Amino acid sequence: MEFITQPWDWYVAGPIIALIMFLLYYFGERFGVSHNLETFCSIGGAGRFLDYFKIDWRKNSWNLMFVAGAIAGGFIAAQWLTTSTEVAINPQTIEDLAAIGFKDAGATYLPNEIFGIENMLTLKGFLILLIAGIMVGFGARWAGGCTSGHAIVGLSNLELPSLIAVIGFFIGGLVMTWFILPLIF
Amino acid sequence: MKLLKFFLVGILFGIVMSKAEIISWYRIYEMFKFQAFHMYGIIGSAVILGMIMMTFFRRKVIKTFEGKDIIVPPKKPGIYRNLFGGILFGLGWGLAGACPGPMFVLLGQGVVAILVVIFGATFGAFLYGVFKEKLPH
Repeated sequence: MEFITQPWDWYVAGPIIALIMFLLYYFGERFGVSHNLETFCSIGGAGRFLDYFKIDWRKNSWNLMFVAGAIAGGFIAAQWLTTSTEVAINPQTIEDLAAIGFKDAGATYLPNEIFGIENMLTLKGFLILLIAGIMVGFGARWAGGCTSGHAIVGLSNLELPSLIAVIGFFIGGLVMTWFILPLIF
Repeated sequence: MKLLKFFLVGILFGIVMSKAEIISWYRIYEMFKFQAFHMYGIIGSAVILGMIMMTFFRRKVIKTFEGKDIIVPPKKPGIYRNLFGGILFGLGWGLAGACPGPMFVLLGQGVVAILVVIFGATFGAFLYGVFKEKLPH
């Protein structure tokens, strides 16, 4: 059991993600998680305001089931397959984070400075989470895909639009990590 | 059964996202700081295997379980949509430390605050629908 409860290396995870992509196509569908965000809008009645969301969301049921599975998978991993949520990040990363005010980096999956309930309940903390989400959702739909649809599927399929999108992901991520995060925290 | 198989694939996805620490904000930060190979190894190896897979799909060596051709729909061309949309996504990815897949996995992990991020992402998708016609693509 120990090989399951310890963290999995990249050469285990990468092939499993490729297997997941294979299964979704083998079952006649696609790999793309951010499309569900539009489906949520349609289910929530956004089609009353905009024709863009007037779709028969039932044909995306398979993807909603995938998301439900992902939630269940997270629960299963947390309950039964993990003994420690310590993340063995680079000591330099821990130092860099300490310098901008993040304590105990890597002690758990997520920094308390962003995801702690007490921070979520402050105006600043709430806005950080909300705005981060809005940028992810808006950006993914503008670009027509996220890490799954563009970085994994698109690059695998040698798509130029995906290469441009992934370059964009990195420009945004680098600007946030190197320049904006130190200003916010 | 028709939908159950997608639920099961989703479970595998949730487990691998958790076990390989892809759901960790720190792993994303570390990636953007170029301080670890971990995330690059994961995405890189998935893409290399994916390239081989796509070749088999295109040559119709592998078909769906119902024997139909596997067609991977091409992505929409356009510098602006992909670059600007991508940059905005990247800013959010760097801040939240989670892209859409891991967001849902974190919900299953019992992280309450991720609900705000998921709500934001859904609202962001809605806002894209509102402003779609005014944006460059």
